[in-house]
Amino acid sequence: MGNGTSIGRVRGLGPAHSGAHHWLLQRLTAVGNLLLVLWLVVSLLLLPDFNYASVTEWLARPLSATAMVLLIISTFWHAKVGMQVMLEDYVHTSGNMFAVLTALNFAALAGAAFGVFCVLRIYMADHVALAVKAASAAAGAH
Amino acid sequence: MAPPTTRPLSPHLQIWRWGPGMTTSILHRVSGNGLAIGGLGVLIWWLGALANGPDAYKTFQGIAGSWFGLLVLAGISWAFFNHMASGLRHFVMDIGAGYELDLNNRWALLTPALGLVLTAAFWAVLLLR
Repeated sequence: MGNGTSIGRVRGLGPAHSGAHHWLLQRLTAVGNLLLVLWLVVSLLLLPDFNYASVTEWLARPLSATAMVLLIISTFWHAKVGMQVMLEDYVHTSGNMFAVLTALNFAALAGAAFGVFCVLRIYMADHVALAVKAASAAAGAH
Repeated sequence: MAPPTTRPLSPHLQIWRWGPGMTTSILHRVSGNGLAIGGLGVLIWWLGALANGPDAYKTFQGIAGSWFGLLVLAGISWAFFNHMASGLRHFVMDIGAGYELDLNNRWALLTPALGLVLTAAFWAVLLLR
């Protein structure tokens, strides 16, 4: 075990047992992205128009809302894993690396949480509007 | 990381002769990071505007429908289709296939072309429907 290069300092210490994890996550989320973003592309093309009513009616359906939540999780995870690889290539000091990777993890988690919360709000707003309509129709019938 | 040394560094972009694989690899990274920042940024802006109600969504539609907004959306759609095409090439190479020089170069040229074709097809269907 030497103390010169980075590879020299770890040579002979044995495997880290986590080498393929990052690589595999990139691939698994890539498959998720492939299916989910293509779902979004086709859904957008099938919408009659992009007005508020059309888009919320589509997105408030349970299947669309579920797919959108999965899309948010898969894409933000994939982006986090991918940007980390890019940053590891271009950021060369360990202190800066710690800072940018912390910021990246916070940003990815915050963005995904905000996106999921928005889908829930869209779902609830649509269903509250339907309930109010049903209630006023029932009140009108009496 | 090892402390900075005065030893020679490995050669960077300006040393290598440009080839198809290098171009596609760089485009994969550029479109991927573009999607991570621009694509996901617009996605949560769009969802945020929808969640906020019709007025906020109208503001979003006004900006997204301007020439600048459409340019950004066109860029995001290109980044997705390009990243998807070269990502599929990665899957093929992950199983150990397609490393023969001619075949590798051919697919490296075809994936960015496929990305452009799919982008054009997407906008054609969207605008002509």
